[in-house]
Amino acid sequence: MIEDKTAGGRLFTVVNITLLLLFALLCILPFMHVIAGSFTTSAELAEKKFVIFPTNWSIDAYKYIFSTDTIFRALLVSIFVTAGGTLWSMLLSVLTGYGMSRKDLPGRRVIMFFIVFTLLFNGGMIPTFLVVQQTGLLNSLLALVIPVSINAFNMIILKTFFQNLPASLEESARMDGCNDFGILFRIVIPCSMPAIATISLFYAVTYWNTYMHAILYLEDASKWPVQVLLRQIVVLASGMNYDGSTYMDVPPPEQSVKMAVIVVATIPVLLVYPFLQKHFAKGALLGSVKG
Amino acid sequence: MQSQTETNAGQVLSKNKKWELLKKRMKKNKLIYLMILPGLLYFFVYKYIPMYGLIISFQDYKPYLGITGSEWVGFEHFKRLFADPDFWMIFKNTLVLFGLQLVIFFPVPIILSLMLNEVRSMPLKRSVQTLIYIPHFMSWVIIVSITYVLLTMDGGIVNGLLQQAGFQEVNFLLNPDWFRPMYILQVIWREAGWGTIIFLAAIAAVDAQLYEAAKIDGAGRFRQMWHITLPAIKGVIVILLILKIGDVLELGFEHVYLLLNSSNREVAEIFDTYVYTAGLKQGQFSYSTAVGFFKGLVGLVLVVIANWLAKKAGEEGVY
Repeated sequence: MIEDKTAGGRLFTVVNITLLLLFALLCILPFMHVIAGSFTTSAELAEKKFVIFPTNWSIDAYKYIFSTDTIFRALLVSIFVTAGGTLWSMLLSVLTGYGMSRKDLPGRRVIMFFIVFTLLFNGGMIPTFLVVQQTGLLNSLLALVIPVSINAFNMIILKTFFQNLPASLEESARMDGCNDFGILFRIVIPCSMPAIATISLFYAVTYWNTYMHAILYLEDASKWPVQVLLRQIVVLASGMNYDGSTYMDVPPPEQSVKMAVIVVATIPVLLVYPFLQKHFAKGALLGSVKG
Repeated sequence: MQSQTETNAGQVLSKNKKWELLKKRMKKNKLIYLMILPGLLYFFVYKYIPMYGLIISFQDYKPYLGITGSEWVGFEHFKRLFADPDFWMIFKNTLVLFGLQLVIFFPVPIILSLMLNEVRSMPLKRSVQTLIYIPHFMSWVIIVSITYVLLTMDGGIVNGLLQQAGFQEVNFLLNPDWFRPMYILQVIWREAGWGTIIFLAAIAAVDAQLYEAAKIDGAGRFRQMWHITLPAIKGVIVILLILKIGDVLELGFEHVYLLLNSSNREVAEIFDTYVYTAGLKQGQFSYSTAVGFFKGLVGLVLVVIANWLAKKAGEEGVY
């Protein structure tokens, strides 16, 4: 494009870039403050209020939160659910997505409608709860995975990707005597690694962030994933609770402790983010285009 | 007469033939059916059986009696719902939050992507994109927790700064007046950046020659935006608008529930949080199912209407 050389054009560029940088900064400043605050002494935090680079480094907050095994257990639960859930969801989504990508499948349109309709209408919270109860998942970690086995959007992204693979790949495999499972696992999946990596990371982030299903289906506090514990420590311990009850008998944890718990719950997502970012733009796009 | 019978026979034959062909094709695909079976089973059990379960909204459902044993009460729960003053409060709160989403949030990603499109330096553009996508991957628990830590009256930075500047402290978290601004700002924080992806892709598909031609005709940057970029992404805007309208009542259970407390309930209680409290906390299964059913139906009707309107206006719908 031809660069705009007028004064107005340059002013526009400067204002535009400044505003964008400001918005980007506002997006991440809270995270930086919380990360820095978690490595600061409470005294410094109380005095200086705003910390981005701590002067007095301290890992007391982390020592404190890891002094009991509560957070360890919550992290283990979250890791277990994330790993197992992602594997399970990918297996089902790839199988279904590949099946639906086969244009010669009789009944394909009807089956697709059967799936897409669930995006427009569903039974809602209570009837779903009753099904989870009747299928025996209540108060089991499986309740965080099985009732959300397939995200229809993710499945459609995979299906679209599989559809766009060259048909000659499959034909040559069929010549070599592969059946449909052989084609899927030996040809289609190895050729679709970018899509599979992206969707796996989408699922992993969703499972790591799971909160609603845990409060709906798990009664036992020892099975709480890290998000529920975080909520408990940061929000409820501030003396506010939905039913008006307070936890005033326990002194609310200090700011740096709350920040440390937030960081522990955030870091895994920040760590996978660079990998996620490589492909997700494409993935998110495919999903928004109709199947 | 005879020729007619012959044609009929021919039709029957070709029908049989078609049936044979279909059977052959299905047989050829038997492994594919086996592949999609687990997925379809999932949708059936956890999506369609709950739809059937909606009939408990016409019953006086008792867990120990089950769906088959519970007593039928007709539209009793819906009558109670519409007579309940709480219903109108929830209805209003839901509409207000939806209005905020539509009027305040919806344009933000469009404006952001128009701005990003004007950035000529690729590394700069990418860095901004990298940063503004991050919040989307944080759970609502993290977003709300960070907000709490920043806004709390004991030791939060915002109130600290207010105090230093000589202002009174504000109880953002409990004051009902602050709920709606907080809600929409959090939505913008988490989703505005991510929302640009689809618009940026639509913009990238615009033919660069159009801009060159406009420039030769003397069109400035705003004119180019208005006459080339915006029309190019109009279709995407319409589709997203339909999806948004279909989601009118999906304001995010987690988000609102995490912000909800006894002092902001009058503005913060929405359908989903109400269903959760009435249904699972208080055990009014049938009544809360009726509330959820009402919500789901309104959402379905709205998306059908929005889709129809879009098609009338000459745009592509979502289905």
